[in-house]
Amino acid sequence: MRGLTQRIEVTLDTLLESVDLAEDITLRVAEIVGFDEEQRYRIGMSVREAVINAYEYGNVHDRSRHIYLFFELLSAELVIRVRDQGAGFRLEDVPDPLSEENLLKTSGRGLFLIRAFMDQLEVTYAPAGGAEVIMTKRLPPAQSQPSVGASEG
Amino acid sequence: MNLRATQRDLGDTTVVDISGRITLGEGSALLRTMVRQLLETGRRYIVLNLADVSYIDSSGIGELVSSFTAVKKEGGELKLLHLTKKVHDLLLITKLFTVFDVHNDEEKAIASFSR
Repeated sequence: MRGLTQRIEVTLDTLLESVDLAEDITLRVAEIVGFDEEQRYRIGMSVREAVINAYEYGNVHDRSRHIYLFFELLSAELVIRVRDQGAGFRLEDVPDPLSEENLLKTSGRGLFLIRAFMDQLEVTYAPAGGAEVIMTKRLPPAQSQPSVGASEG
Repeated sequence: MNLRATQRDLGDTTVVDISGRITLGEGSALLRTMVRQLLETGRRYIVLNLADVSYIDSSGIGELVSSFTAVKKEGGELKLLHLTKKVHDLLLITKLFTVFDVHNDEEKAIASFSR
């Protein structure tokens, strides 16, 4: 079992502004962890897309719901989870945006981008309801696990 | 940085110089409004100059696709000019490079319209 070293939890309101906020927090965390600029961009974009999904399709703009953002720094990877309070969904039910019939659709590329930019993507039904998007990125080589937050897991 | 867009009319072609981020919210909305207004005024040959677009997310990509189809529906053409590396890479991995006509030279982009 991997050792959990550090963890940050952020609760976001279901607002458009939360999308930028989540990305900003992620970029800061990724910088502290030691990812280079290109990887920070990819990780930030992935969280942005997951939060857009939570805002638009999970919580359907309902301001009484929240979006939960978790960062866990493990020995060899950074795990980021975005949880909403919607109905949940299965990754295998999401249409392939690269297929001919979907190429000119104006939406449906967010999860595809996360899969392209992160090392691992998983979607589960959260225990309390809603979808939980779990993204994993391997730490850069020779990473010394710097502190990313105050709370210990 | 918020999205900014200014337009230049060169004959029957309009070049839209865009700078900033094309993302969910204001950025995507501004692009949508601008392209729709151009179509309403009869401008159907449009070049989007993305040289100063620093960032684009899936909503921004969706808005580019929406603009492309809206212009095509009106019998016009929409072309992309001066993609940054980030935007170039996004269009590649989403296979949209095969959809858009992308140029690195403004004069050639303008000359490429099949009027």
